[in-house]
Amino acid sequence: MNLGPVSAYSRRASLLRHTPANEGLKERRHLVHVPDGFIDVPVSLAAAGVSTAVVAVCLQRTRKTMSDAAAPMAGLVAVFVFAAQMFNFPVGAGTSGHMIGAALAVILIGPYAGVVAVSVVVIVQALFFADGGLTALGLNVLNLAILTALVAWPAFRLVVRVFGTGKAAVMVGAGIAGFVSVLAAAAGFVMEFAVGGTAAVDTGAVAVAMLGVHTLIGAIEGVITALVVGAILSVRPDLVTGVVDLRKAERAQRSEEAVLS
Amino acid sequence: MTPRQTGPRVGDHATGHLVGDRLYVARSSRIHDLPAKVKLVVALATVFLIVLTPPEAMWAFFVYFALLVTVLAMANIKMVRVLPRFIVEVPFVVFAVLMPFIGQGPRLEVGPVLLSEAGLWSAWGLLAKATLGLFVSIILAATTTMSDLVEGLHQLKFPSLIVAILTSMIRYVNVVTDEAARMSRARAARGFSGKGPRSWPILAHSLGTLFIRSYERGERVHIAMLSRGYTGELPQLGQGRTVAPATWAAAALLPALVLTVCLTAVLTQ
Repeated sequence: MNLGPVSAYSRRASLLRHTPANEGLKERRHLVHVPDGFIDVPVSLAAAGVSTAVVAVCLQRTRKTMSDAAAPMAGLVAVFVFAAQMFNFPVGAGTSGHMIGAALAVILIGPYAGVVAVSVVVIVQALFFADGGLTALGLNVLNLAILTALVAWPAFRLVVRVFGTGKAAVMVGAGIAGFVSVLAAAAGFVMEFAVGGTAAVDTGAVAVAMLGVHTLIGAIEGVITALVVGAILSVRPDLVTGVVDLRKAERAQRSEEAVLS
Repeated sequence: MTPRQTGPRVGDHATGHLVGDRLYVARSSRIHDLPAKVKLVVALATVFLIVLTPPEAMWAFFVYFALLVTVLAMANIKMVRVLPRFIVEVPFVVFAVLMPFIGQGPRLEVGPVLLSEAGLWSAWGLLAKATLGLFVSIILAATTTMSDLVEGLHQLKFPSLIVAILTSMIRYVNVVTDEAARMSRARAARGFSGKGPRSWPILAHSLGTLFIRSYERGERVHIAMLSRGYTGELPQLGQGRTVAPATWAAAALLPALVLTVCLTAVLTQ
């Protein structure tokens, strides 16, 4: 056997590769990634219409703050969401959790850019990774990018408006946003199933099962979102778009008060 | 595209090479040579027709399967090569298997258990359609590189900002996942082994750092591209914009056959 320096190195590298900590990147699989044929064609097409319209509006709003030429930045944020979804968080007993990352994205880059970034990730997964059906693309964008952002952003803003933009408040807000975003995605699926489900199953049973499972998944998402936002806030608070304007206003008010006193 | 190794790649994540083209199988075939926009249109039409087929016409789904196996064979790809990918279906297979037990309507006696007849049909329909839809997606991804697909989307008049984001995404996906793999190795080298939620703060910190590095890289790339005259649209490379009618006709053979089967299935029901 040839054990030259190169193969010795690669052997060591392969040993490293199998440590649990190094299994960092794996593909995530999520129950809300609807395949083809699960929801009937009219509802799929309607969802595609709604998703297209919403993403178009979000694109328009994103363009206001970001020119076409700034696409590389949005692209790298999308890549980050993609990588974040593959990031393993061990839950114990050999299982691990993954994020959807939609709440994280809207808190970090704002609701409109966030919807665009997560939509692009969902498109990439359907086209390049065969994850989620082609005919269900509209449904998946609706559930994973739009409905998630629709509840996560108001929830986060409400918390930081009421409790301020201190690190603890921001983390609590991010946690709640992460939790409700997963529930919204699951609720979206249940609603689509109720309207256009092709299976002869009681919608109530589906609702209970989906929301039950996703309460747990949502709790994990919430904790991870809070921790990640907290970590970014301590290093680069200027990159947490969800609090930048509020923090600026607070600073302005403080300096005004200082001048007055 | 540069030709690349086609065997199973060991340690894809750790070495981080070509995350994006993981499903792509480089071969020279007529299917690979088809323009990406043709393949996108054909794939979408085919899946829609499959989804529209009533599950009671069981034979139709076997015909579809045979058609798709033929396409895969025409692409010079062996079934075993793409088989592992079907694993993404697992959560829905579980759902489908449960359906005859929780389904509504009249019950059928199958061995020792009573199963819902409607539940059995929907389980079959779901499994067949999801599997065939996945099969179409897999063939598309296995025969088309990411950059060709993005080019195809551009030609199909996808919004330019989305295409630009996709373009930069596929360029940097390997860079960012490599970065994540290096961070993971650095953690391991310092004795970290993640077990249970107590490791989450550390992992979350890594993820936060990954965001900051990705964002800053995005800024650098953006400035570098602007300084080279980037205005929001990349020069078009690769396949030409016009597709010969003969190519369209040849590619349309698949959805045409599927349409015939689908119509027969609907009419004979």
